[in-house]
Amino acid sequence: MSLFHVVEFCLKIGQLFWMLCCWLVSWLIDDKSPLPVGSVGDPDKTKMKKNHHHHNKMCFFWNKISTSGFKIPTFSLHPVRFGKNWWKKVVVAWVVLWVLISFWTFCYFSSQAMDKRKETLASMCDERARMLQDQFNVSMNHVQAMSILISTFHHAKFPSAIDQRTFSEYTDRTSFERPLTSGVAYAVRVLHSERKEFERQQGWIIRRMDSFEQKPVHKDEYNIEALEPSPVQKEYAPVIFAQDTVSHVISLDMLSGKEDRENVLRARKSGKGVLTAPFPLIKTNRLGVILTFAVYKRDLPSNATPKERIEATNGYLGGVFDIESLVENLLQQLASKQTILVNVYDTTNHSEPISMYGSDVSADGLEHVSPLNFGDPFRKHEMRCRFKQKPPWPVLTMVTSFCILVIALLIAHIFHATMSRIQRVEEDCHKMKLLKKKAEAADVAKSQFLATVSHEIRTPMNGVLGMLHMLMDTELDVTQQDYVRTAQASGKALVSLINEVLDQAKIESGKLELEEVRFDLRGILDDVLSLFSGKSQEKGLELAVYISDHVPEMLIGDPGRFRQILTNLMGNSIKFTEKGHIFVTVHLVEELLDSSDVETSTSTENTLSGLPVADRQRSWQKFKSFSSSGHRSFALAPSEINLIVSVEDTGVGIPVEAQSRIFTPFMQVGPSISRTHGGTGIGLSISKCLVGLMKGEIGFSSIPKVGSTFTFTAVFANGMHSSERKSELHNNNQPILSEFKGMKAVLVDHKPARGQVSRYHFQRLGIRVEIVSGVEQALRFTTTVNIILIEQEVWSKEADVFIKKLQKDPLVHSPKLFLLANSIDTSISDSLRNIIDPPVLIVKPLRASMLAATLQRGLGIGNSETSQQKGPPALILRNLLLGRKILIVDDNNVNLRVAAGALKKYGADVVCAESGVKAISLLKPPHEFDACFMDIQMPEMDGFEATRRIRDMEEEMNERNKTGESLTVEESNRTRWHLPVLAMTADVIQATHEECLKCGMDGYVSKPFEAEQLYREVSRFFSSPSDTES
Amino acid sequence: MDSHVAQLQMQYRNYILSLYQQGFLDDQFTELKSLQDDGSPDFVAEVLSLFFDDCVKLVGNMARALDQTGTVDFSQVGANVHQLKGSSSSVGAKRVKGLCINFKELCEAKNYEGCVRCLQQVDIEYKTLKAKLQDMFNVSVIIVHMNPVSVWDDFNKIILGKE
Repeated sequence: MSLFHVVEFCLKIGQLFWMLCCWLVSWLIDDKSPLPVGSVGDPDKTKMKKNHHHHNKMCFFWNKISTSGFKIPTFSLHPVRFGKNWWKKVVVAWVVLWVLISFWTFCYFSSQAMDKRKETLASMCDERARMLQDQFNVSMNHVQAMSILISTFHHAKFPSAIDQRTFSEYTDRTSFERPLTSGVAYAVRVLHSERKEFERQQGWIIRRMDSFEQKPVHKDEYNIEALEPSPVQKEYAPVIFAQDTVSHVISLDMLSGKEDRENVLRARKSGKGVLTAPFPLIKTNRLGVILTFAVYKRDLPSNATPKERIEATNGYLGGVFDIESLVENLLQQLASKQTILVNVYDTTNHSEPISMYGSDVSADGLEHVSPLNFGDPFRKHEMRCRFKQKPPWPVLTMVTSFCILVIALLIAHIFHATMSRIQRVEEDCHKMKLLKKKAEAADVAKSQFLATVSHEIRTPMNGVLGMLHMLMDTELDVTQQDYVRTAQASGKALVSLINEVLDQAKIESGKLELEEVRFDLRGILDDVLSLFSGKSQEKGLELAVYISDHVPEMLIGDPGRFRQILTNLMGNSIKFTEKGHIFVTVHLVEELLDSSDVETSTSTENTLSGLPVADRQRSWQKFKSFSSSGHRSFALAPSEINLIVSVEDTGVGIPVEAQSRIFTPFMQVGPSISRTHGGTGIGLSISKCLVGLMKGEIGFSSIPKVGSTFTFTAVFANGMHSSERKSELHNNNQPILSEFKGMKAVLVDHKPARGQVSRYHFQRLGIRVEIVSGVEQALRFTTTVNIILIEQEVWSKEADVFIKKLQKDPLVHSPKLFLLANSIDTSISDSLRNIIDPPVLIVKPLRASMLAATLQRGLGIGNSETSQQKGPPALILRNLLLGRKILIVDDNNVNLRVAAGALKKYGADVVCAESGVKAISLLKPPHEFDACFMDIQMPEMDGFEATRRIRDMEEEMNERNKTGESLTVEESNRTRWHLPVLAMTADVIQATHEECLKCGMDGYVSKPFEAEQLYREVSRFFSSPSDTES
Repeated sequence: MDSHVAQLQMQYRNYILSLYQQGFLDDQFTELKSLQDDGSPDFVAEVLSLFFDDCVKLVGNMARALDQTGTVDFSQVGANVHQLKGSSSSVGAKRVKGLCINFKELCEAKNYEGCVRCLQQVDIEYKTLKAKLQDMFNVSVIIVHMNPVSVWDDFNKIILGKE
């Protein structure tokens, strides 16, 4: 009964889960259709929906948690090869597995409960059966004892010791011994022959029982007299004694009752207690069983034959067992009689068991059968027990399995959510990657576009500028000229902007490559300085450069880019500085590191203009190569030079909030900056990139309203390889030295820092400089020095003293006076007018070439007429070549004429020769020429050969000189013959150059002549005539 | 009268400018002109006449060398081209110089056809240049050597044939 319900419930739950699974699977497979499987379980549709709703809610909840609560780490789980949605299958398998497990758990626990129940039932049933059996046996034994009592006291004694009264009394009093019997009676065996005698003795007739049994009547109406007398039989068994409870059976013939007869016959045959089938008892009409024992005349042996037993039978003792009431009594004595239902059956006839006790409620449910043995082998009895109540619902089991299922589903859901999130993230990541690639491609395209467009704009712009330049040469009125100049300036600005953008684009697309050429750092700085000199003079700024002596003359690197960085930084400084100074210093990094303490202790007075500046050290504090432990961390190859360049200004400084983005392209300090100062704001960004390319770093420190200091480092290769070349280069690059070498000067400057810088520049020219702080001190030097240099500031204060002194004591050999000024101030020039010999103004920034030219002019060195005409190279060339006798050898008439013309222009006395042979004939020592320019490629005898022969002749002559074979006195004066021979060649290839040197030539010039180069070469052999004169 | 001279000068200048722009001349010619001063007033003319004489001679040489049946002596041609190249670069005859450079390469490659073609081009080119410079020269001579007044008169006389 309850088992059925349980099974039904289980099936229902199972179906539910199955549906859930189906739904989950379909949901996993296709996320888009949230409500599939409609027609599978129609009766459960509502449940399904409810469940689904619930699930949705849960999903939402979990999603919420997973989105807000914990972030799933984006580990790059590369999709495993076996399918993208493998985990969905895993989820399904997981869910199915756990559904099965929970179902199994449920079944397992319920079956266990069932087993326990069964066991309980069995033990209870067995207990009852055993008790019943025991009590029955006790009663039976007593009945048997009574049969013996009767045979002893009734039949063996004569007259009988027992009569009805005794019997009933005795049996009543001993009824407690037979708890299951409701009464006992004794019937005696009477043969028909003895009937009359017996009826007479007893005083009643033997009555039959059949009708009595057929017409059961109520006790009250029961009338023994109404019964018919027993018909004639072979023998009778009338009841003579009976317990009070059954006294109504006295005189009834037991053999006449069907059940009793059978019972009696069986009892006397077997000599054991025999039971009847249950039948309704007379009078009470309740179900009862009669136990019959035979009473024998003598003690029979146990193996006596039935016949002997029948012979020996005297009577029969029967006990009535009122099973119904008795069992009831018995069960009432036991505990938990409410929980159990007991039925007792007589199962002698298996097909139709006779119920002896209990009600037939239903034949279903749990039942336990215990066999009962009442001592009669013929009769079989059994006890069937059932629980009164249905088994309780297995709530715990259900809850347990349900919980398991829920947990499993939750885990699956978490797993699913995680995986789908990971998948989503992966997809996003993939998308991002694609987008990133696209963006990068776009960036490259942009850079390329910029590069192309910039380039394409530059070409026509050059045309425009060129034409504008030409236009300026034509005759224009003032207004037109102004227009053209404006147009040109705008055009130049545009070109420079385009160049910057082009650079940026090149850098971004990684196309920028640095050159590796030798260059003169000092020359570059001089160039940059002269570029900004106009502006600085205009603003009255002090612009100065200082290069440490440790920095080599020649470096290998990209001069153009280095210059660009410097120009950017200085351009910014100039732009933002209104007063004070801009100071560029170049040092070796090692130098700064070694003397960092001394170098950086710059007090306010110690700056160039006396204004405070931003701390230089701070600007390179962040450099990696400068980290405290990194003194030797930047292991440079011995040929590498690590330069550190600082540009210090006293400008407005950079606002603190803008300092972080100063190196970002197109970022300016503020939008107003571009309006007030112009510029695109990519200069610094480009500089940073360039510095990076030069393996350096850039940094700055800036104090608003005080100034900024930008510092960068750059690595170059040393351009000075051997001592030989060094000397050569020295000659090449500092030709001016010779003019001023050995001169002495005194510099009047009360600012030591500025004095140092000025001194540095004069020392480059070979002038020894003494620094004094006041005019008075300077006057002490007047006899010993060639030059007196006075700072403008000092002059404007102390000019009078000086002038007075000079006027008072005009010196014959007075040193020349020079003024160092930042700008051409009218007041100064005014004050200069009063003096007889006005001092010469040197306008800063100081740089070698300008300084040399000014000094030359001031000191009267060089030709005064030429100095007015042309720029320095031409002027100095004329200086050098004036009056020199030069031989030019070239087979090409045109070239010959042109070269001669060029040299003649510089005042040289030129002789021409058309061939090598002629040249040799002209160049026999003693030489009348000062130099020879020789073409290399000539027919008959080329330049190399001719030179070789000349050298041979010279050698011969020198040998003779040494050995004292000199022809004339004049010749012997000259210790050694060596005519400078310079090659003239069109192709300026290194190989040719080396070939030239090998043949004894002293250098080469390109054809046609370039003034600069010509000057460089010539100046190596000719010293200025003024020098030689003095 | 002054305005006429100015006009003439203007034309002269424009003419030279056009020669530069068309690539007949380069900076070297400017240099050459700057070499002419009071000491050597006819320097440019001298040099140019030397150059053109050279051209006639060298082109003739080369033509003869290339005209030879059988084996052509490319080295001889090459030497001549080199000469011409040196000369032309000295006077700043840009186009001739450019052609010479090509010519020299062709010569080194012993490309007969190319050489002949190049020679023809050189011939044409130097003659064109000569004609152009002649014109210019004539004008410059007028400007430089006459005083402003007489320049105009002479100009009228010589160029325009007016009285």
